[in-house]
Amino acid sequence: MSDTVVLAAAAGHPQHADSDRRRTGRRLVAGAAAALIVVMLASLAIGPTGISLEALPRALFSGIGDASDPASVRDRLVLFDLRLPRTLIGAFVGAALAVSGAMMQGLFRNPLADPGLVGVSSGAALAAVATIALGDSLLVHWQSLLGRYALPVSAFAGGLATTALLVAVAARRGEIAAGTLLLAGIAFAALAGAGSGLIAYASNDQELRDLTLWSMGSLTGASWEKVAALVPFAAALAIGLPAAVRALDGLLLGEAEAFHLGIDVTRAKYLIVALTALAVGSSVAVAGVIGFVGIVVPHLVRLLAGPAHAVLLPASALIGASLLLLADILARTVVAPAELPIGILMALIGAPVFLHLVLRRGSGS
Amino acid sequence: MLRTLTLTLSVLTMMHVASVPLTNLALIAPCHATGPSPQPSPLLQAQRIVSIGSDVTEFLAALGAGDRIVAVDTTSRVPPDVVRGKPDVGYMRALSAEGVLALAPTHIIASAGAGPAEAVRALKAASIAFVEVPSEPTALGTLAKIAVIGNATGRITEAEALARSITEAYDRLDERRRGIAAPRRVLFILNASGGRTIVGGHGTSADAALALAGASNAASRLEGYKPVTDEGLIAMAPDAVIVMQGGREGAGPDEIARAAWVRSTPAGSGAEPRVTGVDGSALLSFGPRTPAVVGDLMTWLYPEPAKAGKS
Repeated sequence: MSDTVVLAAAAGHPQHADSDRRRTGRRLVAGAAAALIVVMLASLAIGPTGISLEALPRALFSGIGDASDPASVRDRLVLFDLRLPRTLIGAFVGAALAVSGAMMQGLFRNPLADPGLVGVSSGAALAAVATIALGDSLLVHWQSLLGRYALPVSAFAGGLATTALLVAVAARRGEIAAGTLLLAGIAFAALAGAGSGLIAYASNDQELRDLTLWSMGSLTGASWEKVAALVPFAAALAIGLPAAVRALDGLLLGEAEAFHLGIDVTRAKYLIVALTALAVGSSVAVAGVIGFVGIVVPHLVRLLAGPAHAVLLPASALIGASLLLLADILARTVVAPAELPIGILMALIGAPVFLHLVLRRGSGS
Repeated sequence: MLRTLTLTLSVLTMMHVASVPLTNLALIAPCHATGPSPQPSPLLQAQRIVSIGSDVTEFLAALGAGDRIVAVDTTSRVPPDVVRGKPDVGYMRALSAEGVLALAPTHIIASAGAGPAEAVRALKAASIAFVEVPSEPTALGTLAKIAVIGNATGRITEAEALARSITEAYDRLDERRRGIAAPRRVLFILNASGGRTIVGGHGTSADAALALAGASNAASRLEGYKPVTDEGLIAMAPDAVIVMQGGREGAGPDEIARAAWVRSTPAGSGAEPRVTGVDGSALLSFGPRTPAVVGDLMTWLYPEPAKAGKS
């Protein structure tokens, strides 16, 4: 197969990042962190009940002593048991999806690689769908063995398997062919989609409706249990990501070049694949399938601060978290007291940006 | 064989219903009130109910508690004067805890299966009475709904009257069904659009409604609501076809009657194809309107009143 289709990653030599660019990067990360704090506060303060942050002190102290003023009990419930876990999970999912997009684009040296487009999300979703629909029949042992971790672990395994398959198929003679990658990814997405479809066909009405809603993505079911289930995944990502930075920068130049820079390319690939699967799998498990974060956010960061991963990864995480939380604030307020599936909102924002990206690539260079 | 078994089972169920003395309702509804309809208590008048499930909303309205409903779910569209202008809390499986809380309800009366579990848990934690209404698609299940909703709203007298009239309606259906010599094979079409025909198989509320109407489900070999090809539809050889109406899209009965496959089934053998439309929410919800709709369906299926086998 011809490799002329290779769409090289954004140009630039991270090794020679001048101090100017480094300063821009630092400023971007700091700005994104500040923005995320503001957005998280907004996410805590905005909701259909109209309870704002002013209620926070009252809600805090209502727990002390057993003066059960019903209003402060309600405020406490809304702020601490509904909005706070939802904000934390939203921030995690946004960050994880954006970072996994950035990693896939680095690994495959292709700015169009996105867990949603190349089938990783679909693979994770298939595993999750199987766990939801077959959790009390075929997969009962799996379910009882892992309890609340069954869903995130399954989704992680599904994401891992798909990513590993992608690497195996798309890598030829040490080089990853971008054209093959995208086509194989589309095929995997279709296969996984067919698998999910089969399970949906076999499930009853109620399960079906659950699966459909879930495939559009939602943070409705956020709870402290889910936050707790995410903690090990978040910790693994926080430890693993810094270790991937140098390898990702090296891979941008090409695998042979990375090897000459003293990077263990094979190990690096495995690390990146595992981290991507961790991020995508855990996100899919708690929030369903949400697309486009992984493609829009890293692209934006590259435009602003260049392709060096020491900036790209943290900035993508912070901006991805903010973007998803903003979308979620919209999702739970525009049609209140009902909710819009957040996946639909993200697609509404993301698809035009993606199209713009594709068209720009087509006319330029 | 299977057909006979289904019929026998449903007859047994009906006889069981008929034999339940109505006073037993007091057991299901413990705060049994006696005497004529009591003055509405100010306490209960102050109820703010979020009604989730089309059957729940209809029963609340039928029991005279419609004015206490502050919001409904997406499936609740009847009665129009009760649901009109009320906020919609979304689909019953995807409730937003904070969205529901924002309506400051005192009671959430929800059909079994409302969710997600996290939202339900949060709502219960907010010291809002969460009343779960069973959703068994049977005559007895209907009585259970009335008992639970009557109890939750304090409309006991009304609940008893309604339960009595529903029981009588089901008894009349039972009586009529016993006169049916040969049950017809009927196909229930949930939705037909874009060449995809979704029919009601075994285990669906459509299946239960067909049994009540004295019909045998032509799609009973399928489990749940399933899409079927035209060839599959022909193989089911229905004597009559019922098309659900009330949805927003999909083919109506006239369009189905013109479909080529109908001509190749017993339903299409006559001059006029045996295809009719039915109000889906009334038939399938097992709410207050279900016995009447089932009765109409029976009349349509078995035009000459069956007089045989009077016991």
